[in-house]
Amino acid sequence: MAKKIVTALAGVAALGIGVTTANADTLSDVKAKGFVQCGVNGSNLAGFGAQDSSGNWTGLDVDLCKAVAAAIFGDVSKVKYTPLSAKDRFPALQSGEIDLLSRNTTWSISRDSQLGFDFRAVNYYDGQGFMVRKELGVKSALELSGASVCVQSGTTTELNLADYFRANNMDFKPVVFEAQDEADAAYNAGRCDAYTTDASGLYSIRLKLGNPDDHMVLPEIISKEPLGPAVRQNDSRWLDIVSWSYYAMVAAEEFGITQANVDEMKGSDNPDIKRFLGEEADSTIGSDLGLPKDWAYQIVKSVGNYGESFERNVGQGSPLKIERGLNALWTKGGLQYAPPVR
Amino acid sequence: MTTNSMTYVRDNFIAPEAPPLSNASVIGWMRTNLFSSWKDTLLTLLAAAAVLYLLPPAIDWLFISAVWTGVDRTACLTVDQGGQLASGWSGACWAYVGDRFEQFMFGSYPRDLLWRPLLVVGLFVALLTPLLIPRVPRKGLNALLLLVALPIVAFVLLLGGPFGLRHVETTLWGGLMVTLIISFVGIAISLPVGILLALGRRSQMPIVKMSCIAFIELVRGVPLITVLFMASVLLPLFLEPGNNIDKFLRALIGVSIFASAYMAEVIRGGLQAIPKGQYEAADALGLNYPYKMMFVILPQALKLVIPGIVNTFIGMFKDTSLVTIISMYDLLGIVKASFGDSGWITPVTPLTGLIFAGFVFWLFCFSMSRYSAFVEHRLDKSYQR
Amino acid sequence: MALADTREGSGDPPKVSLFYNPKLRSYLFQALTLLFIVWVIWYAWHNAAQNLARANMTAGFGFLKSRAGFDLAQSLIIYSSDSTYLRALQVGLINTLVVAAAGIVTATIVGLLIGTGRLSHNWLISRLCTVYIEIFRNIPPLLVIFFWYLGVLALLPSIRSIFQHLEENPDAVFFISNRGIYLPAPVSEDGFVAVVVALAIGIVAAIAFTFWANARQRATGRRPPVGLINIGLIVLPPLAVFFANGMPLSFDYPVPGSFNMRGGMVIGPEFLALYLALSLYTAAFIAEIVRAGIRGVPQGQTEAAYALGLRPRATTRLVVLPQALRIIIPPLTSQYLNLIKNSSLAVAVGYADLVAVGGTILNQSGRSIEVIAIWMVVYVSISLITSLFMNWFNAKMALVER
Repeated sequence: MAKKIVTALAGVAALGIGVTTANADTLSDVKAKGFVQCGVNGSNLAGFGAQDSSGNWTGLDVDLCKAVAAAIFGDVSKVKYTPLSAKDRFPALQSGEIDLLSRNTTWSISRDSQLGFDFRAVNYYDGQGFMVRKELGVKSALELSGASVCVQSGTTTELNLADYFRANNMDFKPVVFEAQDEADAAYNAGRCDAYTTDASGLYSIRLKLGNPDDHMVLPEIISKEPLGPAVRQNDSRWLDIVSWSYYAMVAAEEFGITQANVDEMKGSDNPDIKRFLGEEADSTIGSDLGLPKDWAYQIVKSVGNYGESFERNVGQGSPLKIERGLNALWTKGGLQYAPPVR
Repeated sequence: MTTNSMTYVRDNFIAPEAPPLSNASVIGWMRTNLFSSWKDTLLTLLAAAAVLYLLPPAIDWLFISAVWTGVDRTACLTVDQGGQLASGWSGACWAYVGDRFEQFMFGSYPRDLLWRPLLVVGLFVALLTPLLIPRVPRKGLNALLLLVALPIVAFVLLLGGPFGLRHVETTLWGGLMVTLIISFVGIAISLPVGILLALGRRSQMPIVKMSCIAFIELVRGVPLITVLFMASVLLPLFLEPGNNIDKFLRALIGVSIFASAYMAEVIRGGLQAIPKGQYEAADALGLNYPYKMMFVILPQALKLVIPGIVNTFIGMFKDTSLVTIISMYDLLGIVKASFGDSGWITPVTPLTGLIFAGFVFWLFCFSMSRYSAFVEHRLDKSYQR
Repeated sequence: MALADTREGSGDPPKVSLFYNPKLRSYLFQALTLLFIVWVIWYAWHNAAQNLARANMTAGFGFLKSRAGFDLAQSLIIYSSDSTYLRALQVGLINTLVVAAAGIVTATIVGLLIGTGRLSHNWLISRLCTVYIEIFRNIPPLLVIFFWYLGVLALLPSIRSIFQHLEENPDAVFFISNRGIYLPAPVSEDGFVAVVVALAIGIVAAIAFTFWANARQRATGRRPPVGLINIGLIVLPPLAVFFANGMPLSFDYPVPGSFNMRGGMVIGPEFLALYLALSLYTAAFIAEIVRAGIRGVPQGQTEAAYALGLRPRATTRLVVLPQALRIIIPPLTSQYLNLIKNSSLAVAVGYADLVAVGGTILNQSGRSIEVIAIWMVVYVSISLITSLFMNWFNAKMALVER
């Protein structure tokens, strides 16, 4: 039986070589159906992708979906959200169920190459951290030898965890859960000593625990987790649009354009700003991307610049109160940097 | 002849026994039912001790010490945990169930549109009740309305779209509503498909027979969860590139496939129980295969297996809880998700929520199994004529 | 079929048009079915191939040899994050089999007790058993798992309070905490192998003795006290060797570590929750099967046995049980299969069974088709093997008509 299936699957593979790749043009598809299908976090990760009780989506990742819709249609409501678990997200993008995956997904070489996705923009520079109960008296992740650690299965987090403890010659007991809320509940019930995931996630989860002040995030960041939108490989126009929708938000922050002053800025004398907002008469930036001329204006007008989105969703304007840190503009010591709009 | 060779014949009389105590008195009843021998007495005492040990604390936890009103978790926390209850308190937190009740029933379905699911429930009850009462006539029409017309009406009402009804995405559906929809649609689809599979399995045509057997045995040989994974992960891969089938629909497909295989076996049992004479009589009347099945065999076979169908339905109703694993929010899923809700995190929340969900599931399944027993009993009688 | 035979026998079949020829129709119908199935498979293959090509992936099982990179919480064979995906799947399969086997044994015992209890003349016992059955049969197994995991096991004392307890009672060796049950682990020393060998010899001797006793009973009508002698044969030699070799067995006791207990043996709450839930849930169904089986043996059989002078125990063993088993085994088989399949619910509490490990691999490697194919093949094989075994057992038990 197993042998038959192997042969059968070899047949699938053989068939795959013969079949020409379908014309991968997501932009035309999206324009034809009239909305962007965006894969977001299905386990209510506050600040990144979460749904309120009336069904509205908010979060930093959600804002990126909205920005893409604003760039294409000039209308942030032209997005449909598909809530995805860590397990569903890659098959969903592979099968074409979603046009764009914006679900705090780490950009890694294997996902970029082996899984057949393309990443370019990073809308949140993150790193994996640990959260523990304060009563344990642990001050560093290096003191965690022998601890039980709650982790969500099928994530890069799970792999980093194993590598980190190995590299530091410590042992640990993994307590693995399929879904993030199961891991939350187990940590809360004392099943594990430490909880590990992206630091941003830890802040978000800490808020959900009974008494957030009883828990602390340890200073060590054990990995690089550049989180960004992913699209299917071999569709560079779509990749351009998704990446530039995000870069437009960063560029707007660099220019000092905000949601409030964008109309005013349209009359600016600065040629860079005029070009950016589509006010330069003979500019073809928008049409070269396959977008309307005022695409960047629409993004800033309806979503705001990157800083505004950050503060609203995860920063000081939100319960998470995450510092800008690595996500400050490059001019302010961070890593957020938009290529020139020229 | 000596008496020795006849040892099994008693040669002396035994003393007469004392007249029996009246069975009608309480003491007599207890004597026969609780204390008939020393072993029996010991068992009774042990069981009674266990009941006395477990029952009062359970009742206390569930009702007497339970918290019935409150707006957030502080209502169910002890002083050391940051609430007002006495230290060492433990009891059910029904306030939490009350607060989340709408969510447990309807998920995130827009609150101003709740009349739509409620209307569907009303229609469902109105159509189901006459079907369940044996005396009410026109069962065929009734079943057709329930299994064909109602799903269409419910689909339009719940999802919205036409007739100016606001569109409600399936991602907003949740709670008991999802449990009921999935199990009901599963049964509505699995009945006809199951009949076809069962007929196919009993067919004389080798290819049809083999493929039906292969399908049935493959599906019955694997856990539902792998079928659900297949429906949720592989189905999009097996359809044309760029397809976008709703997650809810995928779960429905998975559950239906699974239920069909089980239903087929139940119906096959019914087909086998029909005496050969019925087949031969139908043949003698010159009925062709579809007529023979439709008018002679299936009506009898299906009637025979009503208890089996109800039992399959009970099984499916319970199994829908597995969709939580592919991150959908049925009753169990939404109750479980609410454990992580900062508004109600307390040590007693999970137990309270699970007991509530368990009670709802139990209520449905128990009443269905009672109904199934009733039908079985009734069928038994009709064959005893 | 009988009908068709007589018709053929009668000589001239009525002339019908080709369209109504039953044989031709049957071929046509089968051809259509075959065509449909082939089309469905081709359609799925074709699309899967296209979708995979679009994602720049190829199907195949080569990935099983690559490094897994993740750790597993429960593993009975040597496994680390350096092991391969294949090894991880083996761990998962073993974990599935362990929990299924433990569950089947417990469910059968509990089910037997509850099933006979429900038939008891004792009113209280039969009521309690009925309540048990009606509760567990009517709630989803997944809920029972969560009930144990979140509702009961999570409320057990924390590991910190165990540390405190241990300070007060330094001699304690057995602990129950919300991290699982800690037990002393037996460690075999030199010479322990001899004990195992003695045990094996004892078991073989007991089996041989039983055969001899059976033969003797057939020949002479007298049965030696088999039970007692067998127990002696199995227990005494290993014990003797054990003491002769100077008790070559020590225990590794759990001691407090920095976060968890160190050493000893731990049975994790994930396993416990799954095991308890599967056993107790399936026991309710087995109890009903046992009840139906025993009730299915007519009272007259018992009375006839008594009339023949058989004692109650012999009646149960030789008359009632063999007949009841015939009714019990087929539905019992399907309950065992259900239990095995339900063990896949492990994924809900993070017990590393085949589905949970496969899910992680699916996620880490993106190989959805292959992983799901492996699941299907393994579960169908387990189901087939179990059915074959139970069918063999059933055939052995079946009525031999003379």
